[in-house]
Amino acid sequence: MIRLVPRTETPALLQVAIPLLAVLATMLAGGILFGVMGYDPVAAIKTIFWDPLFGPAASYSRPQLLVKAAPLILIASGLAVGFRAGIWNIGAEGQYIVGAITGAAVALAAYPAQGMWIFPAMVVAGAAGGWAWGMVPALLRNWFGASEILVSLMLVYVAQRIAAWMAFGPMKNPEGFGFPGSRNLQQYPPASNPELVAGTGAHWGVVAAAAAVLATWFLMSRHIRGFHLRAAGLAPRAARFAGVRPETLVAFCLGLSGALAGMAGLFEVAGPAGQITDKVGVGYGFTAIIVAFLGRLHPVGILLAGLLLALTYIGGELAQLTMNLPAATVQVFQGMLLFFLLGFDLLTRYRIARRITA
Amino acid sequence: MTKGTNLTDAAVFRAQGIGKSYPGVRANDDVSFSVEAGEIHALLGENGAGKSTLVKMIYGLVRPDDGEMTLNGQPHQPADPRAARAAGVAMVFQHFSLFDALTVAENIALGMENPPHRHALSARIAQVSQDFGLPLNPARRVVTLSAGERQRVEIIRCLLQNPRLLIMDEPTSVLTPQEAELLFATLRKLADGGTAILYISHKLDEIRAHCDRATILRHGRVVDSCDPRAHSARTLAAMMVGGEMRPIDRSGRRTGEVLLQVRALSQPAPTAEGTALKGVTLTLRAGEILGIGGVAGNGQDELLAALSGEVRSAPGTVLLEGADLSRLGPEGRRVAGLLAAPEDRLGHAAVPDFSLTDNTLLTAGARKGLVRKGLIDRPAARAYAADVIRAFDVRTPGPGTTAKALSGGNLQKFVIGREVMQTPRVLAVNQPTWGVDAGAAAAVRQSLLDLARSGAGVIVISQDLDELLELSDRFCALNEGRLSDPVTTEGLTLDRIGLMLGGAHGMEVAHP
Repeated sequence: MIRLVPRTETPALLQVAIPLLAVLATMLAGGILFGVMGYDPVAAIKTIFWDPLFGPAASYSRPQLLVKAAPLILIASGLAVGFRAGIWNIGAEGQYIVGAITGAAVALAAYPAQGMWIFPAMVVAGAAGGWAWGMVPALLRNWFGASEILVSLMLVYVAQRIAAWMAFGPMKNPEGFGFPGSRNLQQYPPASNPELVAGTGAHWGVVAAAAAVLATWFLMSRHIRGFHLRAAGLAPRAARFAGVRPETLVAFCLGLSGALAGMAGLFEVAGPAGQITDKVGVGYGFTAIIVAFLGRLHPVGILLAGLLLALTYIGGELAQLTMNLPAATVQVFQGMLLFFLLGFDLLTRYRIARRITA
Repeated sequence: MTKGTNLTDAAVFRAQGIGKSYPGVRANDDVSFSVEAGEIHALLGENGAGKSTLVKMIYGLVRPDDGEMTLNGQPHQPADPRAARAAGVAMVFQHFSLFDALTVAENIALGMENPPHRHALSARIAQVSQDFGLPLNPARRVVTLSAGERQRVEIIRCLLQNPRLLIMDEPTSVLTPQEAELLFATLRKLADGGTAILYISHKLDEIRAHCDRATILRHGRVVDSCDPRAHSARTLAAMMVGGEMRPIDRSGRRTGEVLLQVRALSQPAPTAEGTALKGVTLTLRAGEILGIGGVAGNGQDELLAALSGEVRSAPGTVLLEGADLSRLGPEGRRVAGLLAAPEDRLGHAAVPDFSLTDNTLLTAGARKGLVRKGLIDRPAARAYAADVIRAFDVRTPGPGTTAKALSGGNLQKFVIGREVMQTPRVLAVNQPTWGVDAGAAAAVRQSLLDLARSGAGVIVISQDLDELLELSDRFCALNEGRLSDPVTTEGLTLDRIGLMLGGAHGMEVAHP
């Protein structure tokens, strides 16, 4: 018999080992799953995790890595700050969609004007939109004690309906032959978010993601506000004693993560996606939750986890194309990753011991 | 064999050469002692002396590295507390593990292996509480009980197992003197019925009054075993700390100008279980220590929160040297010179998972220049933590140690030291020596007296009346959120204070 014994101290090595363990277990379980489904498991795992970077078509798929990783890292950086403080924003997807809409609205209102101010104004508008969408659960929590988990999650569905309304209504491209969807911002240079260095996939969102990693690292480890955030997550009464107002903290965390998610939405709609459609939200906001936890809520960890999850997106698509794996493969993989991560996380608080019978 | 240890056949419990090591610490070393049937046996020692490790081994929470234990002559090697309970060991912890929302009977049923039917259990609870003079209604919700009554729930839970050995960990720290007397009457009755009782406490007077024998631990070893009735409290304390205890020095203080005024402070109860403050008024002068006594749950936490700034109050209710601080938060009040140390060390006064260095940043950022323009100066914080550790004799490997790794006494010294070394104008502390060993308690009390001598004002909120008598110049009682008028401490007796506090609001009286 084995049993779990609570740990008094968590070995530092385990903090690094557990995400790696979860990745390995996901590969293993994924391989078994593909085997049962009648695919060659080794080839499938190789297609997902190896080929996008080093396979025959890598020159096409490699730039996609940064394109997919940027929004994940940008959103997860903001979420992790809140998660450290015990404030659970589950609705980054909604804030992402609203940011995309408000950001694009600036461009569509300005069209066809030219000017250097348009893109920066869009970024500000995108961040403001996401911030406002994040402030809804913050204010409801502060005023009425509503759970920010439920409110932020439910607002995702509201945002999706707004996106559909925009795509079919106010933002529909007047020159779009009646098809739903806004003008394509890639064809409107002052508002587009192009690849900055050819062949890398790096657009302004990548720059923002890198800046977010640096800024949140600085906040959490060097600034007193980050210290207060960590204190609030570990011991709320002690944080209050130090002088933290819980209401301010809730507003700060939901506002920050909302603003970063909104910016991610704007960079996507002005760049890779190009236009507002009813399918603006592609799940980055939810996947970013996995990224935040897989990265142990640490900026550097989030950077690595964002790249890994981006790899599963690209690899999953590649496997769909080359091996006819089902489209749900990516989601299954991401789900398994979170599952194993949370499962192995038990080991940070407990250790396994053999039962001693009395 | 250690001097004075008596290993006769009447021993219910016997330990022989018990040793236990943790990384870097020898918690117990060659500990031998025995507890006889019908005996109240005191286990005395400073925090970190190895008392809790020892009783945890008896209760099956920790396994000894070497040595042997016997219970009723049988080898005693419990794998877990369940096995220890089955063998006849029961323990009442210092911190209660009760569910507030459940009734007394439901709480007791939760702790049992095979709880009988509800009615049968209620009848047994009533029977036991009758037999041992522990008045308790099985149908009451725990949330409505006082600390003393909660302890009775824990004791009755133990008594239902008919234990051969009952371990009590600092049981009187939350009781009024009258409640403590009631407890001792119960323990004596139990002992007369043949139960062996192992009694852990740092209150030397009560050990001298009620215990038959005392085993004294120091640095994990048994240093002596004696009849506590035959020694003075001073001698026992000296055995415990391994040297003469320095008597508390109250000299050299002079009261000066008014520092702090609290005027008609009223606050609604923060939670359903909290207490509303009702028109609290007090004045504190420089160099003065004001003691505020009362049984926990009468507004102590709320009063401290109103002083620290965790809860803001109506304008004009809290004034420091004439300046109105009522609307300021904790940081603003610290800058002005009003500092506080809450009762709960782990989770309120300190973040358990933070290092001591990081825990200095909780309150000392502004006054010690550890945080400038929002940026943390970690080397300065580490240096300040090291200063506190040195000046207050905090026993720890260093500033990098997490707060939760420290013993209660050491963490309390750190918390008090962190505030005192910021040279506050006024310091308010709640239960500064709760659950702290005699050596650390003396150090904390002396530091408060020294702070007052340097011209600061000190407010001590405490349930420990000896402590209040020892420290304070004036004394008030806090009762259901109301603060009594202050009386001069000089000439007050313990009994009179006890009556002021407990008797005033209908405390239950024993029905022997």
